[in-house]
Amino acid sequence: MKKLIIALIMMAPGMLHAAGGGNISLESASINLENDAAKQRGAKYFVNYCLNCHSLKYERWQRMQEFGISIDDISEHLMPANAKPGDLMTIAMKTGDAKAWFGNPAPDLTLETRLRGEDWVYTYLKSFYLDDSRPFGVNNTVFDKVGMPHVLWELQGFKKAVYRYDVTSSGHVEQSFDSEAKAEAWIKEHGGDAEMKIQKVVDRLETAQAGKLDDAEYDKVIRDIVTFMAYMAEPVKLERQRLGIWVLLFLAVLFISAYLLKKEYWKDIH
Amino acid sequence: MSTKQNLVNWIDDRFPMTKVWNEHLAQYYAPKNFNFWYFFGSLALLVLVNQILTGVWLAMMYKPSAADAFASIEYIMRDVEWGWLIRYMHSTGASAFFIVIYLHMFRGILYGSHKNPREMVWLFGVVIYVVMMATAFMGYLLPWGQMSFWGAQVIVNLFQAIPLIGEELSVWIRGDYVISDATLNRFFALHFLLPFILAALVFLHIVALHKVGSNNPDGVDIKKNKDENGIPKDGIPFHPYYTVKDIVGVVVFLMFFAGIIFFWPEANGYFIEKPNFEPANPLKTPEHIAPVWYFTPFYAILRAVPSFAGTQVWGVIAMGVSIVAFFLLPWLDQSNAKSHRYKGPLFKYALAIFVVTFAILGYLGVVSATADRTLVAQLLTLIYFGFFFLMPAYTRETSDKTTMAKIYFAAMAISTIATLYYWWLFDGGADGSLLVKLIVTAIAAGHFVIFGIKPWLKPEQSSPVPERVTE
Repeated sequence: MKKLIIALIMMAPGMLHAAGGGNISLESASINLENDAAKQRGAKYFVNYCLNCHSLKYERWQRMQEFGISIDDISEHLMPANAKPGDLMTIAMKTGDAKAWFGNPAPDLTLETRLRGEDWVYTYLKSFYLDDSRPFGVNNTVFDKVGMPHVLWELQGFKKAVYRYDVTSSGHVEQSFDSEAKAEAWIKEHGGDAEMKIQKVVDRLETAQAGKLDDAEYDKVIRDIVTFMAYMAEPVKLERQRLGIWVLLFLAVLFISAYLLKKEYWKDIH
Repeated sequence: MSTKQNLVNWIDDRFPMTKVWNEHLAQYYAPKNFNFWYFFGSLALLVLVNQILTGVWLAMMYKPSAADAFASIEYIMRDVEWGWLIRYMHSTGASAFFIVIYLHMFRGILYGSHKNPREMVWLFGVVIYVVMMATAFMGYLLPWGQMSFWGAQVIVNLFQAIPLIGEELSVWIRGDYVISDATLNRFFALHFLLPFILAALVFLHIVALHKVGSNNPDGVDIKKNKDENGIPKDGIPFHPYYTVKDIVGVVVFLMFFAGIIFFWPEANGYFIEKPNFEPANPLKTPEHIAPVWYFTPFYAILRAVPSFAGTQVWGVIAMGVSIVAFFLLPWLDQSNAKSHRYKGPLFKYALAIFVVTFAILGYLGVVSATADRTLVAQLLTLIYFGFFFLMPAYTRETSDKTTMAKIYFAAMAISTIATLYYWWLFDGGADGSLLVKLIVTAIAAGHFVIFGIKPWLKPEQSSPVPERVTE
């Protein structure tokens, strides 16, 4: 019977592993949520590049005071002329227009880093590549057939995809080649198994046209944007963590006194 | 007489204040040997109070309409003073409630708290559990995120599988043909009402408990050994002994609770699922719909049962029976001893396997189904039901059988044979790998022989239960 339990337990890790398949490898955003300067720069980039199409409609302009932008600076440099600091960060674009222009209205981004993760947003912003088949001429390795243009192209320039040809049989990659011809030749050589398929995948991105920034500078810009977005996704996160330490310390002290009280009462019970 | 005593007398003449205090706290004698597992009753009460209080405050700010619900949650998280704390206390409290209740139920089964004379305590407890599930299910729709919407859609659609009335019943539940504003409104109303019914049921649970007295890890009846004053020798007054002890448990629990609220409120997508950070969109089905973790064992059972004779209703029935089975436990367990300490070894193995089965089913309900996982889920569904319906076989201490025991045994035998037939002769396991098929077959057959047939041939015997508690 114990063997049965062991057998069942042994099966669990295998199943856990199987669940993790099919993910695209993401680069770590490694943001520092406490870095006010990064949040300020991120706010500037976000308002300039993102906020025309993407709203941040569950948060208000004045929230940005919390990381050191004065209410005057918010009003003068970030907010649209007719807005008030207490207004939600909505956009002027109408849903119907957005649908006509982009196929889908651009999603609100208030909770994007909580929905998809900081690493996803970071990797997404650096993974656009030229693709003539797309309406805006670009595709994205973490979001295939994306409807969004490469808004930051001025900064990053354009990347082109270097493809790889994977020979797969029943889901497993057998061999990878840099050209389709080589992959076909390999299949012929190795028995020409009918189940073998060739899959064209993006191997890596290379610069096709340089932008204003080099790769390291660009990474810093998008890291700032992600830092800003992560803050706006949950503005209370830093405060709750700071507070949490005190709550746990209080409970630790309370535990000691509760334990001693219990011990005192129970000393006569045998 | 002091003024205080006068006041107490004045009240006692009109309301049994001192009497209730004494009967249920100061002179309620509980066994002195409660262990770790006995913390979870008081903790369940604490979490219920937490849910009701934070829930009432959330309801003051929340807007139950499809247009405003999602935004009102973010409003609570951002603009309401301490709103984020109240919301995280409520969302974490929901999962904490189920963790505490599952441990509380495990304690009951471990020490035989469902057995005579505590059947009513157990039955009220299972009703509480079912009402809790309904409350949690309706509450989960309220944030109006993608998983709220699609999770509710999947579960309400289950009712459609019921023959003849299914279609109309599901429309009646939703108040619409899809989950909509109408559904959200009624779920909010019911989610607000049910906790008060829960509180009433908890009251009945405790009234029933105090009528018969608390069980203990030895399953010893402490009322059989009383001193000259009529006080059980192994009993101690609940207050102050267990009140001060439970405070320690409460503080330890709060440390875990606060740890999650302040540092890990999403619990890696298990307490707050990631897709719920996107507003409900009836036109966009998420890639993978999984209920919250506390429902997934039952969801895995639902998915494991294949459709038959052109209907999916069998899975729904199996899921229903998997919950109803808990009600039958007092009559399924026929051993002489209450506590596992004095029962035969088969019961301990069965319980250990059941716990592992429940956990793996929970995992299988979270992930998407593959052919091999479905085979494992089908095996575990069989073992899940075996724990309950083979129980008369592996706990009965004589070889004569009651009619009900024969019926349960026959049902399990038919289910096991049907499953093996389905896997090997009906193509049910065709897509699974041969190795997994062989393993699940061996375990299913072995399980039935060990827990179904062997104990009938040579019944297990409980060891004698001591007169007094042992620690």
